[in-house]
Amino acid sequence: MFKNAINGLFTFFYAISQLATLTWEVFYRFPLIFKNFDLTVKQIRIIGLGSIPLVLVTGAFIGMETIMQANFQMQGLVPMRYLGYAVSKALITELAPVITSFVVSSRISTAIAAEIGSMRTTEQLDAMYCLSLDHIRYVILPKVAAAAIMLPVLVIFSELVGYLASIFIAYAFINVTMFTYLEGLRLFFYAPDMVIGILKTSIFGVIIAISGAYFGLACVKGAEGIGAATTCAVMLSAMLILVFDFIVALIFL
Amino acid sequence: MEKTEQRKPILKIEHLVKNFGTKRVLKNVNFEVFAGEIVCVIGQSGHGKSVLMKNIMGLMHPDGGQIMFKGDVIASPTTPTSKYDDVRQKFGLLFQGAALFDSMTIEDNIAFALRERTDFSETEIHQKVVKSISMVGLNNVEHLMPADLSGGMRSRVGLARAVVMEPEIMLYDEPTSALDPIMTDMVNDLILDLRQRLNMTSIIITHDISSAYKIADKIVMIYEGNVVFNGTPGEIRSSRDPYVQKFIRGNRKTYYAFDDDDGKEQNVDVGELQHARDTRKFGGISSLKVVPKAVPLEKIR
Repeated sequence: MFKNAINGLFTFFYAISQLATLTWEVFYRFPLIFKNFDLTVKQIRIIGLGSIPLVLVTGAFIGMETIMQANFQMQGLVPMRYLGYAVSKALITELAPVITSFVVSSRISTAIAAEIGSMRTTEQLDAMYCLSLDHIRYVILPKVAAAAIMLPVLVIFSELVGYLASIFIAYAFINVTMFTYLEGLRLFFYAPDMVIGILKTSIFGVIIAISGAYFGLACVKGAEGIGAATTCAVMLSAMLILVFDFIVALIFL
Repeated sequence: MEKTEQRKPILKIEHLVKNFGTKRVLKNVNFEVFAGEIVCVIGQSGHGKSVLMKNIMGLMHPDGGQIMFKGDVIASPTTPTSKYDDVRQKFGLLFQGAALFDSMTIEDNIAFALRERTDFSETEIHQKVVKSISMVGLNNVEHLMPADLSGGMRSRVGLARAVVMEPEIMLYDEPTSALDPIMTDMVNDLILDLRQRLNMTSIIITHDISSAYKIADKIVMIYEGNVVFNGTPGEIRSSRDPYVQKFIRGNRKTYYAFDDDDGKEQNVDVGELQHARDTRKFGGISSLKVVPKAVPLEKIR
């Protein structure tokens, strides 16, 4: 039992060190991104544009659910002019960045793990090595860069749609005047909150792409191996998003 | 043979050892390859052929012994991997499944390394791609995706991708394993053609003994991580090693051994035949008469 626990701990720290090494190797090559920027643009299209429908739907429901919950919690206790404030703060600092990142992670980290895992099992990565082509530069770096660039953009979309959806719900279902709600949104809007909320999603983008790449590279042969890699990738990225969200909150809030 | 002894090998493998955990896959592999030679490495599945190839290509690192390229040690337990990086460009590898990049067209697959590692213009690269594609017997496939090609065509594109960089040594990982006999012949002819045109040295990992007879200058047989045979196709045919005979002829019992006195009969494997003849003894039968199975038993009796 004790031996198993020690082994498990050793494996965990070994995985963390490997993950950190991969992250370092990606960032070390970051200046090379402009030499093959077409590869990053391609990934921006796949990761960014491909996720827009998902993000719009997610953002709308985050906005609607936030105002419903805020209204339920505040009714009779807090003046309704604070409704806009509560929705705004929750939406831009926490809910839209984190939930959107979770949803995008389920699409992106799994896709990256499956793609790189498949390249690993079909020897495409070995072929790159044999041709003296650096797989981190050509395969992983464009994905990490695209995720870091596009996740904030996706979160901005999500927040925008969330706001609009909350305004619609306020107008249609909640007993608050449009003027009161919009004044709440406007008066207590604090730009640095939004900047921090958006910038931290860049970190989440890196986490999502690196998690997918790490498990893709570690993928063992066969369909089962690729399945396991995608599952692990989405689990790790979700966990790390929460960890880094807490760290950002600790530092900036 | 005398000529070979005077030349220096382009690739020399000495006492190569590779372990996976506690399992020793390559125990003591030694052989030499000379410039322009075609060497076939044969052996059963799981006996270390692919591991040997990956060690030569630098995809794995040996736990013992060394690999020398033109007299320089490029791989050994103490050699840094950066040493191998300098010579890797002189090696080409055709993977078993071709390992084409799925997300790129055929042209991009072949041009990728040229674009990233050479200073050729786009026009020159296109010309080189078209030339290498036609060299492997394909035409007008540049715009297609790998998924649009058959297995044989993918193999040939993989070969085009490897030779476009003009390596000095080409390695082939079971190049004919998934091909029909016509396509197998075509790939064999391609390998011979590359030697003729570019004096390219080839090392071929294969199970296909008839291909090895056709193209190899030298055959190296690996059994349980050791080299059990190293010689020409003519020499392997006349080898008296039971395992070698079993591998090249299959596990067929094609002869009967008869006891002259009581007519007792026994199946004799081809590999055991020479031993039976030499000792005049087989399975308790001492007064031996060995007869091919094709001869009807009644006739013999």
